[in-house]
Amino acid sequence: MTYLDHAATTPVLPEALAAMTEQLARVGNASSLHASGRAARRTAEQARERLAAALGARPSEVLFTGGGTESDNLAVKGIFWARREADPQRRRIVTSPIEHHAVLDSVEWLAKHDGAEVTWLRVEPTGRITPEALREALGDGSDVALVSVMWANNEIGTVSDLTALAAVAHEVGVPLHTDAVQAVGQVPVDFGASGVDALTMTGHKLGGPMGAGALLLRRDAACMPLLHGGGQERDVRSGTLDVAAIVGLAVAAEVAVTVREDRADRLMALRDRLVAGVVRQVPDAQLNGPPLDDVLAGGPGRLPGNAHLSFPGAEGDALLMLLDARGVECSTGSACSAGVARPSHVLLGVGADADRARSSLRFSLGTTSTDGDVDAVLEVIGPVVERARRAGMSRA
Amino acid sequence: MRVLAAMSGGVDSAVAAALAVDAGHDVTGVHLALSPDRQTLRSGARGCCSVEDAHDARRVADELGIPFYVWDLAERFAADVVEDFVAEYAAGRTPNPCLRCNEKIKFSAVLDRARALGFDAVVTGHHARLADGELRRSVDAAKDQSYVLAVLTAQQLAGAVFPLGSMTKERVRAIAAGRGFAVATKADSHDICFIPDGDTRGFLARRLGEQPGPLVDAATGATVGEHSGAYGFTVGQRRGLGVSVGDQRPRYVLGIEPVSRTVTVGTADLAGVAEVRTGPPTWTGTAPRLPLRAEVQLRAHAAAVPCLVAATEDGGLVIALDSEQRGVAPGQSAVLYRPDPENGDVVLGQGTVSR
Repeated sequence: MTYLDHAATTPVLPEALAAMTEQLARVGNASSLHASGRAARRTAEQARERLAAALGARPSEVLFTGGGTESDNLAVKGIFWARREADPQRRRIVTSPIEHHAVLDSVEWLAKHDGAEVTWLRVEPTGRITPEALREALGDGSDVALVSVMWANNEIGTVSDLTALAAVAHEVGVPLHTDAVQAVGQVPVDFGASGVDALTMTGHKLGGPMGAGALLLRRDAACMPLLHGGGQERDVRSGTLDVAAIVGLAVAAEVAVTVREDRADRLMALRDRLVAGVVRQVPDAQLNGPPLDDVLAGGPGRLPGNAHLSFPGAEGDALLMLLDARGVECSTGSACSAGVARPSHVLLGVGADADRARSSLRFSLGTTSTDGDVDAVLEVIGPVVERARRAGMSRA
Repeated sequence: MRVLAAMSGGVDSAVAAALAVDAGHDVTGVHLALSPDRQTLRSGARGCCSVEDAHDARRVADELGIPFYVWDLAERFAADVVEDFVAEYAAGRTPNPCLRCNEKIKFSAVLDRARALGFDAVVTGHHARLADGELRRSVDAAKDQSYVLAVLTAQQLAGAVFPLGSMTKERVRAIAAGRGFAVATKADSHDICFIPDGDTRGFLARRLGEQPGPLVDAATGATVGEHSGAYGFTVGQRRGLGVSVGDQRPRYVLGIEPVSRTVTVGTADLAGVAEVRTGPPTWTGTAPRLPLRAEVQLRAHAAAVPCLVAATEDGGLVIALDSEQRGVAPGQSAVLYRPDPENGDVVLGQGTVSR
């Protein structure tokens, strides 16, 4: 099997698996006062410190959550509510149309049910959000509750300069949240140095477990809770800590950040060979997102393992099915819960037409990817595209 | 063979897919998303393409260990089936949308795409027998669906597999239960999938608006009632006419004239027809030599009647019925069978009733 869908989820790292398995065998609620509770708390707090260190945050800035979706919901809704409560004028949310649905749908829910107004940021054709676009959208900022801009796009891999964006937001006193689910472990992410106020990350995109993530939240950032109860996480998030998952998350993040540079070099080389090989066989294939060698603020301007291509005349759906039948696993981007393919909102958001959006495939490489995986794609991609083109864009 | 199993989420298509796997085929499951506004949960026993139905289909595919995808055919379905349905009623005819879906969607759009993608055939859970190119009635007379498949051509039938034709619905449910499929006890779907509440008249009224007109008695020419849309009626219909006539004898719809919106009604003795005319026929195999003795079924779930089929000058059929029939509605299919009580009546072909 050739697994090239690491952006969907990536295998659990052996180090994380070992740490989690060890912890799962132990009893103890981190909120309990007795010895077992104290042991669990000690383990959880060590994990918090390790995760904070890996991401340039302070331990008190780490709120453990149930994953990326929860962190995005908590940041967008929680910061919106807190800011509006402090000043009822602040009802505007500034965000981009190519955010993950956890952000988009939260924003749209607030607009529909809770009086929020949305300003959509201009997006470069590469998928990048520029400081100029943000400055335009903010105006004097007095009516803005928050900005939410993703660090790296999950579909086309574009990295934005969050340090610069946070500085622009702060010029007018507006807090900024970023969904960095795809960025952590792939490109340099330093929470403190970037100046962002809130940052979403999750475990299973970097070798940790599913269902465990964190919201990094600056100590001075006000955020109302979504989940009320025991107040375990700074009174912003309640729920018994999943200590084993937290340990796995911290270990995985630590490893991912430590090996990031070497791994990025390796993945970029594989990815570049993949794209070059595909384009050789399918000369009219189009790369979506920034150039492969794009550089931004000293780091990669594109996620190292991301290859996103459109194949004119073929449907992404058909390509995926034909590749799946040949043992190659990749993705077409977003599918709704029923599995009905929709043209990617990201491609539409960067100005692609519906046909280009429908004819796209994402290959995402990760830790376990090899030259053999690239060879496997290149062996079948030509005939697969040809066959999918014969099936046509009939929408049938 | 490499086959594509169309899986609605119901028990029939689930068992059909399972039997295709058992037969040693390389099976891929596909759920057809046909509704533009998919509901999360199924409402009642009607409808067939809620998200819940897609989930049911996926559960079976996962248990069978076969790949599963959802194909979005909502636009094609809306254009080829739903719009056709509305237009036919607006023209005073009574369409059969299931037949149209088989003709235009399942064994056209889906089959064409499947073939282009390298599949040899489409497997469905229809209750009909298909062997050596001959389409026959199911052994389960109550569940037989050969009527809505009769429009398929030899070329389409060559790409179709119906594994359920030689078993009863009871047996299908037993197989599903034996395999532990959660859909084993799922209710049968009824009526028209895109009208989940079953209110066809209400659906048409929303689409076509109020179009009031008279109900006229055929014998006297007198106006005996008013209606709010001729599309709410079907030739042969007896109930719900809302007419008041002195003689208390039941009235039947005899004809619908869409331009003047006149619905003609009459007594039972006027409701029977001995001759049916159709448009150009389609044949499941090579066209038979006419005239031809055969049996004809004039609507879904009606008994077939012996007849003599001849060609008309304009390329249609004229079908002389051995006994008069009521409820012969323009727009329905006249499906021709060669009787074969032993192995199942063979579908010869069909034509759309013109009058």
